[in-house]
Amino acid sequence: MIKTLTFAVAAVVFAGAINADEMEYMPPVTHAATLEECSACHMAYPAGFLPPQSWKVMMTGLDDHFGENAGLDEETRAEIEAYLVANAGRDRSRSNAVPLRISDLPWFRHEHEEEVSNRQFEKAKSWANCNACHKQAEQGIFEDD
Amino acid sequence: MKYLFVLPLCLLAAPLAAQSTTPADLVAQYSAEAGTEASADRGRDLFLATHTGGKPDTPSCTTCHSPDPKAMGQARTGKPIDPLAPSANSERFTDLKFVEKWFGRNCNSVFGRDCTAAEKADVVAWLSSL
Repeated sequence: MIKTLTFAVAAVVFAGAINADEMEYMPPVTHAATLEECSACHMAYPAGFLPPQSWKVMMTGLDDHFGENAGLDEETRAEIEAYLVANAGRDRSRSNAVPLRISDLPWFRHEHEEEVSNRQFEKAKSWANCNACHKQAEQGIFEDD
Repeated sequence: MKYLFVLPLCLLAAPLAAQSTTPADLVAQYSAEAGTEASADRGRDLFLATHTGGKPDTPSCTTCHSPDPKAMGQARTGKPIDPLAPSANSERFTDLKFVEKWFGRNCNSVFGRDCTAAEKADVVAWLSSL
Protein backbone atom coordinates (compact mmCIF):
# COMPACT_ATOMS: atom_id res chain seq x y z
CA MET A 1 0.00 0.00 0.00
CA ILE A 2 2.76 2.37 0.97
CA LYS A 3 4.65 1.44 -2.19
CA THR A 4 1.62 2.18 -4.33
CA LEU A 5 1.15 5.52 -2.65
CA THR A 6 4.80 6.42 -3.07
CA PHE A 7 4.60 5.55 -6.73
CA ALA A 8 1.46 7.64 -7.20
CA VAL A 9 3.06 10.64 -5.50
CA ALA A 10 6.24 10.22 -7.53
CA ALA A 11 4.21 10.08 -10.74
CA VAL A 12 2.42 13.31 -9.89
CA VAL A 13 5.67 15.10 -8.99
CA PHE A 14 7.31 13.84 -12.17
CA ALA A 15 4.39 14.99 -14.30
CA GLY A 16 4.67 18.43 -12.73
CA ALA A 17 8.34 18.58 -13.58
CA ILE A 18 7.68 17.76 -17.23
CA ASN A 19 5.17 20.56 -17.47
CA ALA A 20 7.61 22.99 -15.94
CA ASP A 21 10.26 22.01 -18.46
CA GLU A 22 7.95 22.93 -21.28
CA MET A 23 6.97 26.17 -19.55
CA GLU A 24 3.40 25.56 -20.51
CA TYR A 25 1.39 24.68 -17.46
CA MET A 26 2.04 24.74 -13.76
CA PRO A 27 -0.92 24.23 -11.43
CA PRO A 28 -1.93 27.67 -10.12
CA VAL A 29 -2.33 28.50 -6.44
CA THR A 30 -5.74 27.44 -5.18
CA HIS A 31 -5.25 27.95 -1.43
CA ALA A 32 -7.29 31.00 -0.38
CA ALA A 33 -4.82 32.62 2.04
CA THR A 34 -1.85 32.03 -0.27
CA LEU A 35 -3.75 33.43 -3.20
CA GLU A 36 -4.76 36.53 -1.29
CA GLU A 37 -1.52 37.33 0.51
CA CYS A 38 0.96 36.31 -2.19
CA SER A 39 -0.81 38.20 -4.95
CA ALA A 40 -0.70 41.59 -3.23
CA CYS A 41 2.53 42.75 -4.89
CA HIS A 42 2.93 40.16 -7.62
CA MET A 43 0.85 37.29 -8.94
CA ALA A 44 0.75 34.27 -6.61
CA TYR A 45 3.47 32.10 -8.12
CA PRO A 46 2.67 28.42 -8.40
CA ALA A 47 4.19 26.43 -5.51
CA GLY A 48 5.65 24.00 -8.04
CA PHE A 49 8.17 26.55 -9.28
CA LEU A 50 10.36 26.13 -6.19
CA PRO A 51 11.42 23.12 -4.13
CA PRO A 52 10.13 22.71 -0.56
CA GLN A 53 13.27 23.97 1.18
CA SER A 54 12.99 27.24 -0.76
CA TRP A 55 9.48 27.90 0.46
CA LYS A 56 10.54 27.17 4.03
CA VAL A 57 13.32 29.75 3.88
CA MET A 58 11.14 32.23 1.97
CA MET A 59 8.38 32.04 4.54
CA THR A 60 10.69 32.57 7.50
CA GLY A 61 12.27 35.71 6.03
CA LEU A 62 9.25 37.80 5.14
CA ASP A 63 10.59 40.83 7.02
CA ASP A 64 13.03 41.21 4.12
CA HIS A 65 11.26 39.75 1.12
CA PHE A 66 13.43 40.77 -1.85
CA GLY A 67 14.01 44.14 -0.24
CA GLU A 68 10.58 44.74 1.26
CA ASN A 69 8.76 43.87 4.43
CA ALA A 70 6.03 41.35 3.60
CA GLY A 71 5.32 40.29 7.17
CA LEU A 72 2.22 38.31 8.06
CA ASP A 73 0.58 37.31 11.31
CA GLU A 74 1.98 33.99 12.48
CA GLU A 75 -1.19 31.99 11.88
CA THR A 76 -1.50 33.06 8.25
CA ARG A 77 2.25 32.73 7.66
CA ALA A 78 2.33 29.14 8.94
CA GLU A 79 -0.77 28.19 6.94
CA ILE A 80 0.74 29.55 3.72
CA GLU A 81 4.10 27.90 4.33
CA ALA A 82 2.39 24.54 4.87
CA TYR A 83 0.52 24.89 1.59
CA LEU A 84 3.57 25.94 -0.41
CA VAL A 85 5.76 23.19 1.01
CA ALA A 86 3.09 20.54 0.42
CA ASN A 87 2.71 21.64 -3.20
CA ALA A 88 6.33 22.48 -3.93
CA GLY A 89 8.20 21.29 -6.97
CA ARG A 90 10.85 18.63 -7.12
CA ASP A 91 14.27 19.56 -5.79
CA ARG A 92 16.43 19.47 -8.91
CA SER A 93 19.58 20.79 -7.32
CA ARG A 94 22.38 18.40 -6.57
CA SER A 95 23.85 20.49 -3.80
CA ASN A 96 20.89 21.16 -1.51
CA ALA A 97 20.73 24.66 -2.92
CA VAL A 98 17.94 26.92 -1.73
CA PRO A 99 16.95 29.02 -4.74
CA LEU A 100 14.66 31.92 -3.83
CA ARG A 101 14.26 33.85 -7.06
CA ILE A 102 12.34 31.82 -9.62
CA SER A 103 13.81 34.10 -12.28
CA ASP A 104 17.34 32.97 -11.37
CA LEU A 105 16.59 29.30 -12.00
CA PRO A 106 18.38 27.82 -15.02
CA TRP A 107 15.20 26.79 -16.80
CA PHE A 108 13.73 30.26 -16.33
CA ARG A 109 16.80 31.95 -17.75
CA HIS A 110 16.96 29.50 -20.60
CA GLU A 111 13.32 30.09 -21.50
CA HIS A 112 13.54 33.89 -21.34
CA GLU A 113 16.98 34.72 -22.65
CA GLU A 114 16.82 35.86 -26.25
CA GLU A 115 13.01 35.51 -26.08
CA VAL A 116 12.26 38.79 -24.35
CA SER A 117 13.03 42.05 -26.12
CA ASN A 118 14.21 45.13 -24.23
CA ARG A 119 10.93 46.76 -25.07
CA GLN A 120 8.94 43.87 -23.62
CA PHE A 121 11.05 43.90 -20.50
CA GLU A 122 10.67 47.65 -20.04
CA LYS A 123 6.93 47.25 -20.27
CA ALA A 124 6.89 44.42 -17.74
CA LYS A 125 9.37 46.29 -15.52
CA SER A 126 10.49 43.14 -13.72
CA TRP A 127 10.81 39.38 -14.17
CA ALA A 128 8.31 39.18 -11.32
CA ASN A 129 5.58 40.41 -13.64
CA CYS A 130 4.71 37.15 -15.43
CA ASN A 131 1.29 38.29 -16.60
CA ALA A 132 2.70 41.27 -18.47
CA CYS A 133 3.44 38.77 -21.26
CA HIS A 134 1.84 35.49 -20.18
CA LYS A 135 -1.74 36.69 -20.13
CA GLN A 136 -3.04 33.45 -18.63
CA ALA A 137 -0.29 33.07 -16.05
CA GLU A 138 -2.74 33.29 -13.17
CA GLN A 139 -4.49 30.23 -14.59
CA GLY A 140 -1.16 28.40 -14.64
CA ILE A 141 -0.68 28.74 -18.39
CA PHE A 142 2.76 30.03 -19.37
CA GLU A 143 2.72 29.47 -23.10
CA ASP A 144 4.70 31.82 -25.29
CA ASP A 145 2.57 34.73 -26.38
CA MET B 1 -13.10 40.07 40.12
CA LYS B 2 -11.61 38.51 37.01
CA TYR B 3 -14.33 40.06 34.88
CA LEU B 4 -13.12 43.49 35.83
CA PHE B 5 -9.94 42.75 33.92
CA VAL B 6 -11.58 40.99 31.02
CA LEU B 7 -14.12 43.68 30.26
CA PRO B 8 -11.65 46.47 29.41
CA LEU B 9 -9.68 44.01 27.27
CA CYS B 10 -12.82 43.22 25.27
CA LEU B 11 -13.45 46.90 24.76
CA LEU B 12 -9.91 47.37 23.51
CA ALA B 13 -10.11 44.39 21.19
CA ALA B 14 -13.43 45.41 19.66
CA PRO B 15 -12.14 48.08 17.24
CA LEU B 16 -9.31 45.79 16.12
CA ALA B 17 -11.74 43.03 15.23
CA ALA B 18 -14.04 45.36 13.32
CA GLN B 19 -14.26 44.58 9.64
CA SER B 20 -14.78 48.11 8.53
CA THR B 21 -13.86 51.64 9.37
CA THR B 22 -13.79 54.96 7.56
CA PRO B 23 -10.95 57.37 6.83
CA ALA B 24 -12.44 59.85 9.34
CA ASP B 25 -12.74 57.17 12.04
CA LEU B 26 -9.13 56.15 11.45
CA VAL B 27 -7.87 59.71 11.77
CA ALA B 28 -9.88 60.07 15.01
CA GLN B 29 -8.65 56.74 16.34
CA TYR B 30 -4.96 57.33 15.56
CA SER B 31 -5.14 60.93 16.82
CA ALA B 32 -6.67 59.77 20.09
CA GLU B 33 -3.97 57.14 20.41
CA ALA B 34 -1.28 59.74 19.73
CA GLY B 35 -2.83 62.37 21.93
CA THR B 36 -2.30 65.01 19.23
CA GLU B 37 -4.37 66.43 16.43
CA ALA B 38 -3.72 65.14 12.94
CA SER B 39 -2.01 67.42 10.44
CA ALA B 40 -2.58 66.85 6.73
CA ASP B 41 0.47 69.03 5.95
CA ARG B 42 2.75 66.89 8.10
CA GLY B 43 1.24 63.81 6.46
CA ARG B 44 2.02 65.17 2.99
CA ASP B 45 5.62 65.97 3.94
CA LEU B 46 6.15 62.53 5.43
CA PHE B 47 4.64 60.81 2.41
CA LEU B 48 6.61 62.74 -0.21
CA ALA B 49 9.98 62.84 1.58
CA THR B 50 12.94 60.59 0.91
CA HIS B 51 13.93 58.71 4.04
CA THR B 52 16.91 56.81 5.33
CA GLY B 53 16.88 53.98 7.82
CA GLY B 54 14.63 51.68 5.84
CA LYS B 55 15.41 49.25 3.08
CA PRO B 56 17.55 50.73 0.29
CA ASP B 57 15.11 49.82 -2.49
CA THR B 58 12.22 51.69 -0.85
CA PRO B 59 13.39 55.11 0.36
CA SER B 60 9.96 56.76 0.06
CA CYS B 61 6.24 56.01 0.09
CA THR B 62 6.37 57.28 -3.49
CA THR B 63 8.75 54.49 -4.54
CA CYS B 64 5.63 52.39 -5.12
CA HIS B 65 2.71 54.74 -4.52
CA SER B 66 2.50 57.61 -6.95
CA PRO B 67 3.43 61.07 -5.58
CA ASP B 68 -0.11 61.89 -6.72
CA PRO B 69 -2.23 59.66 -4.46
CA LYS B 70 -5.19 60.02 -6.81
CA ALA B 71 -3.18 58.23 -9.49
CA MET B 72 -2.20 54.58 -9.82
CA GLY B 73 1.10 53.48 -8.33
CA GLN B 74 3.32 50.59 -9.32
CA ALA B 75 5.08 48.02 -7.14
CA ARG B 76 8.73 47.23 -7.86
CA THR B 77 7.46 44.00 -9.40
CA GLY B 78 5.60 45.96 -12.08
CA LYS B 79 2.17 45.26 -10.58
CA PRO B 80 -0.13 48.30 -10.53
CA ILE B 81 -1.27 49.66 -7.15
CA ASP B 82 -4.69 51.27 -6.86
CA PRO B 83 -4.79 54.93 -5.79
CA LEU B 84 -4.47 55.69 -2.06
CA ALA B 85 -6.73 58.74 -1.91
CA PRO B 86 -10.25 57.75 -0.84
CA SER B 87 -11.62 60.28 -3.35
CA ALA B 88 -10.12 58.18 -6.14
CA ASN B 89 -10.59 54.77 -4.55
CA SER B 90 -13.51 54.35 -2.15
CA GLU B 91 -12.14 51.07 -0.76
CA ARG B 92 -9.18 52.78 0.87
CA PHE B 93 -9.12 53.00 4.66
CA THR B 94 -12.28 50.98 5.14
CA ASP B 95 -10.66 47.86 6.64
CA LEU B 96 -8.64 48.39 9.80
CA LYS B 97 -6.87 45.04 9.63
CA PHE B 98 -5.74 45.74 6.06
CA VAL B 99 -4.62 49.26 6.93
CA GLU B 100 -2.63 48.04 9.94
CA LYS B 101 -1.02 45.24 7.92
CA TRP B 102 0.22 47.64 5.27
CA PHE B 103 1.32 50.41 7.62
CA GLY B 104 3.23 47.69 9.49
CA ARG B 105 4.97 46.44 6.36
CA ASN B 106 5.55 49.67 4.53
CA CYS B 107 6.70 51.79 7.48
CA ASN B 108 9.29 49.12 8.16
CA SER B 109 10.34 49.02 4.50
CA VAL B 110 10.63 52.81 4.22
CA PHE B 111 11.64 53.96 7.73
CA GLY B 112 13.03 50.76 9.20
CA ARG B 113 10.54 51.01 12.08
CA ASP B 114 6.83 51.06 12.83
CA CYS B 115 5.03 54.33 12.23
CA THR B 116 3.71 56.17 15.26
CA ALA B 117 0.00 56.68 15.71
CA ALA B 118 0.60 60.40 15.06
CA GLU B 119 2.27 59.66 11.71
CA LYS B 120 -0.57 57.37 10.66
CA ALA B 121 -3.13 60.01 11.64
CA ASP B 122 -1.24 62.64 9.61
CA VAL B 123 -0.92 60.51 6.48
CA VAL B 124 -4.54 59.34 6.51
CA ALA B 125 -5.64 62.95 7.13
CA TRP B 126 -3.67 64.16 4.11
CA LEU B 127 -4.83 61.36 1.81
CA SER B 128 -8.44 61.96 2.87
CA SER B 129 -8.17 65.67 2.16
CA LEU B 130 -7.30 65.20 -1.52
